[in-house]
Amino acid sequence: MRSALIADEVRVPIDRDADIVTARQKGRELATQCGLLSTDLAVVATAISELARNIVRYAARGEIIVRRVDENGKRGVEVVAVDEGPGIPDVTLAMQDGYSTSGGLGLGLPGTRRLMDEFEIISDFGKGTTVTVRRWKR
Amino acid sequence: MQVPILKQGAYLIATVQSALTDEDLKQLRDTLVVSVSKVRARGVIVDVTALDVIDSFATRTLRDVAHMIRLRGAETVIVGIQPEVAFSMVKLGLSLEGIATSLDLEEGLAYLDRKGKGPEHEVRTHR
Amino acid sequence: MANTQELATAMETRLETIASRLRELVAHLRQQRAQLREEWARLITEAKLLTAMTKEEIFAEATSVYDNYVEALETGTYEALQAYARNLSERIIPRGVETHEVVGIVLLLRDVLARSLFAKYREDFNKLNRILDAYEPAANRIAGTVAVGFVQERERIIREQQEAIRELSTPVLQVRERLLILPIIGVIDPQRTRQLTEQLLRGIRTNRAKVVVLDITGVPYIDSPVANHLVQTVEAARLLGANVIVTGLSPEIAQTLVNIGVDLGKMNTVGDLQGGIEEAERHLGYKVVLTQEQSAAHSA
Repeated sequence: MRSALIADEVRVPIDRDADIVTARQKGRELATQCGLLSTDLAVVATAISELARNIVRYAARGEIIVRRVDENGKRGVEVVAVDEGPGIPDVTLAMQDGYSTSGGLGLGLPGTRRLMDEFEIISDFGKGTTVTVRRWKR
Repeated sequence: MQVPILKQGAYLIATVQSALTDEDLKQLRDTLVVSVSKVRARGVIVDVTALDVIDSFATRTLRDVAHMIRLRGAETVIVGIQPEVAFSMVKLGLSLEGIATSLDLEEGLAYLDRKGKGPEHEVRTHR
Repeated sequence: MANTQELATAMETRLETIASRLRELVAHLRQQRAQLREEWARLITEAKLLTAMTKEEIFAEATSVYDNYVEALETGTYEALQAYARNLSERIIPRGVETHEVVGIVLLLRDVLARSLFAKYREDFNKLNRILDAYEPAANRIAGTVAVGFVQERERIIREQQEAIRELSTPVLQVRERLLILPIIGVIDPQRTRQLTEQLLRGIRTNRAKVVVLDITGVPYIDSPVANHLVQTVEAARLLGANVIVTGLSPEIAQTLVNIGVDLGKMNTVGDLQGGIEEAERHLGYKVVLTQEQSAAHSA
């Protein structure tokens, strides 16, 4: 008899608009299993939404990975947004509030950094972008 | 995902039932704008109680809705933003400045009624 | 092969022997219950343990502990004992009973029972040894179970108290219908700020508040991150349809807010708490009437 496994990771391919909602919902489910409470759940889901939308808008295709993390007794959730899009030539500029090339308000990245406890971005022109964020259980 | 829109007197009430994709949001915006003109509504309430996430795109769209509806002579009230959602929105740096927000449908309707009665009945002082 | 079988049988016999010895032991302890319990209670008082409790209370608890103890010896299972230990701890911890006292009384009981076994089997040294073989591991396990149960309960209570203290230090008061006051006192750290925001937003929802008076008279200073968070709290409250009036803004805090780019002209601020409440009531449509004394005080 197989015992129930709590999934430690969930991957959602991001191709189109509707995948943004799917990524949020699956991410929220995993975060709930990790024991995060309502405020943290909303925060994580919002961050996933922003990151997933960036993939749709700028990279056309990518993936959102949500996983449970444990570190020194702290427990939390990690979200990784990967794409093989054009990459961000000037990350510093992109991290400033108000900056955007697609006509929006450009609040995606800096805002997402404010939402989460940890934020890391690796991006290079022509090489795609990987954003990793974490939120710890209070 | 269609958002049901009801007419109540001179108001339109759009009640979001579940998570909305970007496409759904755009559709809601367009439908509301057309409907306001069609029925000559004086006010629009968008009930977002069921939304567990309001991100930058949703905020932008709601702002567009309010703006376009104001151009047609009607007032928009967003009601039912959940505490955790409000928290995430402000952390993200999003603002619905200039758009009326109320706790729930009842409060939203009361607000529209007060607004409708004219400036001499306004209790609130504007800053 | 024969050896394994022999071993198995020997094992069985040994276990059966231990079981029968425990049975004999338990029978003795039940028979001697009254005397042994009294002896134990006397030793507890002599050792100046459980001073927070009256003699009657000690006797009542002693009876329960004794019976649970003997039952654990009899059944060889410790779940019931553990549950009892936590239950007992929940009751006595608020009375101020400490860990060393609980460990102390359980060890005293262990010794009282051991002594009575020495007395009973003093004629037969071998029998005494065999009985003690059965008794000692069980008694030690019991002592351990009770101690651990007590400590776990204590830790749980401490965690709860810490949470309660944190919540108490940021009370959300409903003063009138639709009006909430949130007086903040002391230095606010990031942890408290988060809690403050959650409590406030939940409070707005539960009380259907239309106005919140956020009084920071009691806050000497805040740093930029906390200032930012306060501003965000005010914005979040507005999204829930509530108007926030900030009162008691000291010049220092006003400066901090300006430094982080807040337009104080746009923020609804009033000098003191009283003024803030009056402003709030005006928002809600109440007429504010000053009594003669109050207006005299105001113009003074």
